[in-house]
Amino acid sequence: MISLILQGATRLLVALILLFSVYMLMRGHNLPGGGFIAGLIASAAFVLYALAWSLREAREALRVSPVKLAAIGALISLASAVPGMLKGFPPFTGLWLFIGGGAGDKGIPISTVLLFDVGIYLAVLGAVLALFFTIEED
Amino acid sequence: MDTEVHSGDQPPTGWGERIWSLVLLAFPLGVTLWLLSMIGPVREHAPIVFGISWIPSLGVELNFLIDGLSLLFGLLISGVGFFVALYAKFYLRGHPLIQRFFFYLLLFMLGMLGLVLAGNLITLFVFWEITTIASYLLIGFNHEKASARRSALQALLITAMGGLALLAGLLLLGMIVGSYNFTEVLVAKQQVQAHPLYLPIVILVLIGAFTKSAQLPFHFWLPNAMAAPTPVSAYLHSATMVKAGIYLLARMCPVLGGSDVWLLTLNIVGALTAVIAAILAMRQTDLKLALAYTTVVALGILVMFLGSEASVAIAAAITFILVHSFYKAALFMVVGIIDHQTGTRELTSLGGLGKRMPITFGIAAAAGFSMAGFPPFLGFIGKELKYEGALAIAEEPTFVAWAAVFANALMVAIAATVALRPFWGRLPEKLQSVREAPPGLWISPLVMALLGLTFGLAPSLVATTLVGPAVTATMGQEETVVLKLWHGINLPLVMSITTFALGVLAFYLQPNIRALLNRIANWLPRNSDTQWDRGLNAFKWAAGVHTRHIQHGILKQYLAAVFAVTSVLLLWGLMRSGGFDMDVDWERLTVKEWAAMALVFAGSLVAIGCRAPLTAICSLGGMGVGIALIFLFFGAPDVAITQLLVETLFLVLVAMTLHRLPHSTEVSGRRVRFVDALLAVSVGTTVCLTLLAVLQQPLISPTKEYFELASVPEAFGRNIVNVILVDFRALDTFGEVVVVLVAAVGAAALLRRKLKPRVPIAAAKEERA
Repeated sequence: MISLILQGATRLLVALILLFSVYMLMRGHNLPGGGFIAGLIASAAFVLYALAWSLREAREALRVSPVKLAAIGALISLASAVPGMLKGFPPFTGLWLFIGGGAGDKGIPISTVLLFDVGIYLAVLGAVLALFFTIEED
Repeated sequence: MDTEVHSGDQPPTGWGERIWSLVLLAFPLGVTLWLLSMIGPVREHAPIVFGISWIPSLGVELNFLIDGLSLLFGLLISGVGFFVALYAKFYLRGHPLIQRFFFYLLLFMLGMLGLVLAGNLITLFVFWEITTIASYLLIGFNHEKASARRSALQALLITAMGGLALLAGLLLLGMIVGSYNFTEVLVAKQQVQAHPLYLPIVILVLIGAFTKSAQLPFHFWLPNAMAAPTPVSAYLHSATMVKAGIYLLARMCPVLGGSDVWLLTLNIVGALTAVIAAILAMRQTDLKLALAYTTVVALGILVMFLGSEASVAIAAAITFILVHSFYKAALFMVVGIIDHQTGTRELTSLGGLGKRMPITFGIAAAAGFSMAGFPPFLGFIGKELKYEGALAIAEEPTFVAWAAVFANALMVAIAATVALRPFWGRLPEKLQSVREAPPGLWISPLVMALLGLTFGLAPSLVATTLVGPAVTATMGQEETVVLKLWHGINLPLVMSITTFALGVLAFYLQPNIRALLNRIANWLPRNSDTQWDRGLNAFKWAAGVHTRHIQHGILKQYLAAVFAVTSVLLLWGLMRSGGFDMDVDWERLTVKEWAAMALVFAGSLVAIGCRAPLTAICSLGGMGVGIALIFLFFGAPDVAITQLLVETLFLVLVAMTLHRLPHSTEVSGRRVRFVDALLAVSVGTTVCLTLLAVLQQPLISPTKEYFELASVPEAFGRNIVNVILVDFRALDTFGEVVVVLVAAVGAAALLRRKLKPRVPIAAAKEERA
């Protein structure tokens, strides 16, 4: 079933949804959101893309195989445990870096916690899509 | 007639084989020398304990104890082990799996040594199980043969079953004493025997010992274990494995022994085993099988004598262990030589080998005389001691003396049959070309036979060094043992002469006795071995029934079982805690909350009522949205968002899947639907009631307060849910991510439809070639 309206809308929507997922990921530490939710949103984008166009094109748009993506995500999460350990803290201790901070302004916070959440984002995205792609496969 | 590898064109030995055989020879030799050097220290200040801490939290150490008893057994295992290994090296030369064989044998040797040198109950059990597994591998070594596999499995199941009982017994014993170390356990006799758990401990430990040492009614596995290559039989069934049970009994004597139940059980079981096995042995025409049954006889006699408080009976048992190891190992190896050179072990097709194989004949005769208890062999001393011991026990149960005479008389007959008959008489036509075995084969049994003669002529060599300390360790008090050939004319000597007379009579009448026994055996409906098969089949049948009814693989029934159990347990919990009288404040609900609940109810009602699957799925989705709204209203936006997203993705996935399934209007019948509905309502109701009951209690959560306070200053985040997930509990989250990953990989693998067509193995091999 090919729907021109859906396809047209999808082109716009997918980009927006993906952008929104990154937004949800970044704001997660202070407001509702986070890696898990953002990962689900991003997978919704690809599911929509697959429904509107085709599974093959959704796979191509993802570029890497979903299982590989999930594994990379898990590895990134694991990697965030290392910096804390190097400094002598227990694994997964959050380390923070505030770039360009001044009086009254913390600056841009960069942390191992964010790295961890990025890993979760990718892992959830990869896992959901792996499931979806295999079920949808002919 | 199953025979093993035979001489002729032997392929050259490879490097692996050479290294393995070197290790296999060097290890027992080293251990033997080390243990020999321990004789002096042990006699002066036994026991010697050494080891390392293993599981300190459980009070378990990996420690070893050397006293007279473990020294005697350790020397037998390593000494006989060395000569068996030497024999095996020549016997199995060129066998394609010889390296595997050497490995199994080494593993077995290690297991046995660890078992007899173990310094605590746990270490003993661990090594006990190692010997069980190693013996399984050795008995089933000729794994192409169904009979070997069956025997191996039988031995494994019986001895492992006994092992489990033993473990329970040892744990109880350790519990009562408060320590697993022998140094403490062995001196706790009064404490243990006064304890109400004493009887269970004795029963469990005896099951362990009786299964391992092939006592009635578990005797049948040992003759079946003759499926193993002959060197294994010589080792396992003479010096070692079957003696593990005897060792256990002797080891436990100071703490468990002395009570009526202990003494009488050992006497009765041992005597019955000895007598019945002696009768069964008379039936055999296969030399190896005949020997196997005499091993059971010997074990029965040993058990019988260990059931005594008289030091002379214990001394008889200990001496007999020594005697039996030497002559039985020698005779098994002789049978192996006959098999190796002639290709048969069948008594009826052998004869006149004495002229062709004079050395083997000499060895067989020496070992046979020791077995029959002729002077001046060690066997004679052993037998005299046995009769003294039997008379010492027999003041109360006289059957011990009768059993000893009867079993020994038949042993004389069988010794003559096995050791003399193949070498006497006329040489059959087929065996005209038989030659003497190479020295590598006869050197080991020769040493064994010579040891029996040497210790017989000079018994003081072993009396004070090995037997005395072993008896001391078994009795738990200082004992001195004097071994001598000539005791003067007394009752034991008279019994000896009677035994010889009966034995010689039995030897000459053997064909008639055999025919009679065969007729009785045919007349009996079944024996232990067939009983075993019936038992095993019944067990398999029960396992099949269980699997069909519980592990049936029907997902729906699994779910039904889980739900039913959940609701019953929840209901039970509610009734016990009186959670029914709750007070729900309906007034507090606002309009929007009522609306969300209405959405949930509407969604589920439509899902139940409608016929079209797609509509049902969509209405379930609506229900999920209602739940998400409730989460949102009660201040859990993260959970609400997740719920919404999961609901959406789930809907798409299920819709796509349903879309592909064949269309059907009615899936299950009315009754099934009724039961399902009942189940659903009961689960829903009980879960709901439980949640309400939980909410009646004040919620105390110190962690919640901690997270609320620490979230911003320590983790720089205001979204507590996220801070907990990525910072405070990051390790848990990582674990969950791994679970998600594994689930995705697993599902992807399971759901893949385009499987590659399987190539038959044969075709694949051809392709490669």
